Amino acid sequence: MDFDELAKVGSMMGSGGMIVMDEDDCMVDVARYFLTFLTEESCGKCIPCREGIRQMLTILNRICEGEGKEGDIVMLEELSEVVQDASLCALGTTAPNPVLSTIRYFKDEYEAHIRESRCPAGVCKALVSYYINPEQCQACQICLRECPVGAIMGGKNIVHVIDQDKCTKCGTCLDVCPIRFAAVEKLSGRPVPAAPPQGTKVRRVKKAQQ
Amino acid sequence: MKKLQKVTLTINDREVTAKEGMTILEAARDAGIYIPTLCYHEKLAPYGACRICTVELSRNGRSRLVTSCVYTVENGLIVKTESPKVIKVRKLLLELMLASSPAKAIQDLARQYGIEKRRFEADKTNCILCGLCVRYCSEIKQANAIGFVGRGTERRVVFHPEIASTVCASCRECFSLCPTGKLPSETDGVCFDDLTLDDFLKTQQSPA
Repeated sequence: MDFDELAKVGSMMGSGGMIVMDEDDCMVDVARYFLTFLTEESCGKCIPCREGIRQMLTILNRICEGEGKEGDIVMLEELSEVVQDASLCALGTTAPNPVLSTIRYFKDEYEAHIRESRCPAGVCKALVSYYINPEQCQACQICLRECPVGAIMGGKNIVHVIDQDKCTKCGTCLDVCPIRFAAVEKLSGRPVPAAPPQGTKVRRVKKAQQ
Repeated sequence: MKKLQKVTLTINDREVTAKEGMTILEAARDAGIYIPTLCYHEKLAPYGACRICTVELSRNGRSRLVTSCVYTVENGLIVKTESPKVIKVRKLLLELMLASSPAKAIQDLARQYGIEKRRFEADKTNCILCGLCVRYCSEIKQANAIGFVGRGTERRVVFHPEIASTVCASCRECFSLCPTGKLPSETDGVCFDDLTLDDFLKTQQSPA
């Protein structure tokens, strides 16, 4: 790893820090994170940096909210080129790097957001839903108690159901659902299955199956 | 005193002679070659904020974009004021400005560069932060009654009330410099809440 190798892949040495990410990090969200930082860091003197980054961030916000449009990726690239070429200082000339390199290596993630309303990493809240599989829910009531907004309905021996309108997609239910039940699923890019009729009784998992 | 050297450069395939220390923009204008500007004013120090005067520069076979209002002439420079790359940059910059400042001066330039519809939206501030008012007040009037506050997308132009109340009423020379007409029509509101500058000056001139 040296200056030239990092430049080749569209990055830079910076202060020598490194962030390790995996499939649970959304690359569009990462680009958005950096541009949010840069809109605050920009001094605001020159137009390409101030206005260009602002518009790029607007587009990234739109994509993360599931409202991305065909042509957004091209527009991001067009803005990036001009912000790089025309900005006054190095903040502006390097600001589009996170956008360009995420498009270069993870274009499929951008396309999944725009075309399929799907966030492959399950990070963008607008594109994610939580669902309790009625076949697996054992009505242990842990998620029901832990849900911070009271969006989970159910009771003893009654299959739990998430009220999608109330749900803030914090992921607590997924975290607390005991691994042996694994009833809570995170969905992205596909509709939430219809909830079972109210008061559906739990289907006990037989001991032998465990 | 050192005698100023003559410098020869090429602008749009034309050989142009300029004085050492001149900017590309000045050399081009002297030669009758048009380069659009928004934040430039001949009486003020070059600022390089609007980037509209961007030109393409090549030397030794390498080309890059520079702002002609701040780049000083050098022997053997080859300058293109309307190359495809330059036009691309200017068009997008104008589109970016139009998003927040759909003023006549910006629209005229946009039309000149063939921009038909607005692709971007932003809060309508009617200020492109060219800094003409701020720099004029500081450099020419040396009053510093108006300045910038904030940074990034929060950057704004505001009058400093304690100075503005004593000098602005009899001056207002910055009004005619404003390319978007924002200054004469309104103040930013950051210092004065909902008061226009006129309201402000009135209350300051005749304390009730």
